[in-house]
Amino acid sequence: MPVLYEGIREEHSAVRTHVGMFDVSHMGEVEVEGPGALGFLQRVLSNDVAKIGIGGAQYSCLCAEDGGVLDDLFAYRLGIDRYLIVTNSANHAGDLAWLGRWSREFDVAVRDVADRYAMLAVQGPHARAIANRVLGIELPARMHVAHARVGGRPALVCGTGYTGEDGVELLLDPEVATPIWAELLDAGVVPCGLGARDTLRLEACFHLHGQDLTPQRNPIEAGLGWCCAEATGFVGGEAVARARSEGTVEVLAPFRIEGAGIPRQGNPVLAGGEPAGTVTSGSFSPSLEVGIGMAYVRADLAEPGAEVEIDVRGKLRPARIASKPLYTSQRKG
Amino acid sequence: MTLADASYPDDLLYHDQHDWARIEGDVATFGITWYAQDSLGEVVFYDPPEAGETVDKDQSYAEVESVKAVSDVIAPMSGEIVEVNDALADAPERINEDPYGEGWLVKVRLSAPNEVDALLSAAEYRNLLEK
Repeated sequence: MPVLYEGIREEHSAVRTHVGMFDVSHMGEVEVEGPGALGFLQRVLSNDVAKIGIGGAQYSCLCAEDGGVLDDLFAYRLGIDRYLIVTNSANHAGDLAWLGRWSREFDVAVRDVADRYAMLAVQGPHARAIANRVLGIELPARMHVAHARVGGRPALVCGTGYTGEDGVELLLDPEVATPIWAELLDAGVVPCGLGARDTLRLEACFHLHGQDLTPQRNPIEAGLGWCCAEATGFVGGEAVARARSEGTVEVLAPFRIEGAGIPRQGNPVLAGGEPAGTVTSGSFSPSLEVGIGMAYVRADLAEPGAEVEIDVRGKLRPARIASKPLYTSQRKG
Repeated sequence: MTLADASYPDDLLYHDQHDWARIEGDVATFGITWYAQDSLGEVVFYDPPEAGETVDKDQSYAEVESVKAVSDVIAPMSGEIVEVNDALADAPERINEDPYGEGWLVKVRLSAPNEVDALLSAAEYRNLLEK
């Protein structure tokens, strides 16, 4: 996946106003199957996996015993005892080893199926209409997954994405991915690169593992308490429960620069001239035409409206903590 | 929109860090080359220096940023800034659209005009890019 095809701003705008597509085949896939699948996933994933019906999808953290976030991922329930997990590519091998280790206590098979799938994300207000027309299939509702035939091969169509817009993610047989990409291109879908993927997800305040989420941060300080169900007894749940009840020193908060300057990962955050945190993601926002980011800041500062300064290579840029998301899709009104 | 094809006008002199200078008497106009703006991508922010500041040959005097990256702008020669291109504050994309015209960055009164000897001709700069 290149950083850009024609230009980050054009690609970003295509997804916000029309439809764009991303080749995210680098994402990893893990299949979990067997009578113990639910029990196993309840043990390793932070969310309450029992709430996923067949054909449902759910976001979760994969936590270490100390609550640190090893990965963030989507789990799709494909059958009674069969689930698919989509991992971040940089974490795929580590996730597999981790899942393999915990699976020994359960009657379950954990399979690396990353080679079996190519993945295209078709995103934007017109994504569904165009995908429906080009692929000739019924699309699942948001946060659902459906079996389909695409290019004459079995495929999974998921009502999920990483852009803050409506759309679908297609898990395809790698052999048909190239012709399907070409058909979508012919239908006017704009190819988008990693650059637009990053600006879109940051405007929507979706986390990027490796920056906003790391094994050194727990889901509570990352603002992901909503996808943690400690009552399920998941690995790391005790640490998460402690963080939830006691609070954390720092909290991840979105912010907007007030005026000029573009924040970048690693920039220090100051409040009243004192160190108060660190930027984990920063960029120019093509939709808002201003510098935006997410930063771990002192918990008392993580309130919308709070004034901070971002040290952008030696220049202090005034900024204000914002509420999530930084940009709301126009389709939602 | 960016200027589609590579171009390196013959009437300019070039610095190997992808900057150009147009010398008129003891004042020179500086900017970044087609190659520099093309590598950077769409410029969304230009942080200019102020008139009156001095710039030193081979040292950074400003920053240009695309959505993804920030890049230092290197002075091809030394001197005192006498004018900055204020129009770029609202329209930094001009650096992409017209890097040798409306996308100029600063005008500098040269303090060491003989530094010109170290700069490259358009042909020499093109050779450098082809290496």
